[in-house]
Amino acid sequence: MDQETQSDAVQTAVEAIADRLSVEKQYLTELDSAIGDADHGANMDRGFRTALERVEETDGDPAELVKTAGVALVSEVGGASGPLYGGSLMKASQELEDGITAETTVAFAERYLETVEERGKASVGDKTMVDALTPAVHTYKKSIEVDDCEPIEALGRAVDAARRGVEFTTPIHAKKGRASYLGWRSVGHQDPGATSTLYLLEELLDVATEYVDGEVVIDAEADEVPEPDAEDVPADGGE
Amino acid sequence: MKKLINEPADVVDEMLEGMVAAHDLRRVDGTETVVRSDAPVEGKVGLVTGGGSGHEPTHAGYIGDGMLDGAAAGEVFTSPTADQLSELIQACDGGEGVFCVVKNYEGDVMNFETAIEMAEMEADTEVEHVVVNDDVAVEDSLYTSGRRGVCGTVFVHKVAGAMAQRGGDLAEVKRVAEKANENVGTMGMALTSCVTPEKGEPTFDLGEDEIELGIGIHGEPGTERTDLMSADEITDHLTEAVLEDLDLGAGAEVATIVNGMGGTPLMELYVVNRRLQAVLDDHGLETWDAWVGDYMTSLDMMGCSITVLELDDELKELLAAPAETPALTVPE
Repeated sequence: MDQETQSDAVQTAVEAIADRLSVEKQYLTELDSAIGDADHGANMDRGFRTALERVEETDGDPAELVKTAGVALVSEVGGASGPLYGGSLMKASQELEDGITAETTVAFAERYLETVEERGKASVGDKTMVDALTPAVHTYKKSIEVDDCEPIEALGRAVDAARRGVEFTTPIHAKKGRASYLGWRSVGHQDPGATSTLYLLEELLDVATEYVDGEVVIDAEADEVPEPDAEDVPADGGE
Repeated sequence: MKKLINEPADVVDEMLEGMVAAHDLRRVDGTETVVRSDAPVEGKVGLVTGGGSGHEPTHAGYIGDGMLDGAAAGEVFTSPTADQLSELIQACDGGEGVFCVVKNYEGDVMNFETAIEMAEMEADTEVEHVVVNDDVAVEDSLYTSGRRGVCGTVFVHKVAGAMAQRGGDLAEVKRVAEKANENVGTMGMALTSCVTPEKGEPTFDLGEDEIELGIGIHGEPGTERTDLMSADEITDHLTEAVLEDLDLGAGAEVATIVNGMGGTPLMELYVVNRRLQAVLDDHGLETWDAWVGDYMTSLDMMGCSITVLELDDELKELLAAPAETPALTVPE
């Protein structure tokens, strides 16, 4: 797929995510009200709307567009979510310099996860976006590198893994972010950051599928906007 | 709760406008950041900080000769965003790199780390930072992993600022900032909650006859709620907690801050300082310098914090170095 089509796919993905978040805004807010400060839905919605505006007015290669989206999230989402979702996208966008291919998307996904872990200092089991992101990224990488899957299939598996990760956040108690302050009272609530991360991945899969459309070349696209991001330490540290 | 404000959403912007009109500062275009009017100062390490608003005179009140080159103001009790911090860093880079003083709150730390990456990517600026965590009250809190950064940060600004002013390089500035952070402890208390402009009512309820010990600077909970005590008893509690944490040997020299939380009369802060100095004396400690006033507030909260910094010759020299800022002046 040529560069122009790839850039177009990135923009479509940002748009799909923005639309999805506006639909899910209320639900994310409800999740965040239970264990955080009730602003995750609004913050993510505002962030991706801004990201879409900026991406629409930018002409560039996929890496540049992903970076643009990341910078927009950093400046609009604020709190801890801005650096986690936006900063990770900014960093990982460097892996897409050579376009969107199976190899670059694996590198993108790994870099994204690495940045989230570094910034948020959270690990699997802390009840954060990491619980959805880690299984998704590991599954994607293994599917491509070990199982020889096409990127679309790999991304499909990654989304399933993220979904299980989100379910896993409900029964555990938070060890990171504002929810950790509730200790055991955070048990029984699904993590909002893991949830929004899943939405991003689901939208990526939809858009990638639309673009690849059954053609199997380098389905690189599959991950095109790999923003598999995620985040939300439920807390957004005050200052 | 009555407040002298227009629209709550405009408070930070209007405050910065007023500050710039009063002092030798300029606003970086299109941002909520303020820098000294001659920034960047060529040939000197730039020193910056940032954080939520509502702690005035922290942060921009310490911009000037011998202290900060710039500061970013977030919304009330909210971290500035990384893009603003990155602009601030770049605006204060005079060619010798930039040093960031960050208070240990998740939002601040993550946004600063992201900003540092942005500044390095965009402008090749060399950046170092310190994360101040002087609050001895709590190990983890609503907004932090580890200890919170509170009023001891002002000592860090002073020490790092003096080192930068003297021509120290980035590594030297970092070294003394870390030294100050490692040797300082703070504990605060509240007689009342603060009231944020947006909410207009107390963030937490505290009865007429209750106080809260170990509070932070954002209306976050403390460690212990107790019956109202006398100034001396409160001072004893706070001071003992700080001293226990610092574990100073007899004869050690210290600098102290009795800091008002924004709504406490200076009269009361001096009453506290009197007792603080007596307690230090009982412990065989020598107070080399004592500051009393509003250095890092929590809007209109009534209460105070006590900060103790253990000194060595170098820290004394840096604290004594001249500084001229809106909130703190050390004469030549």
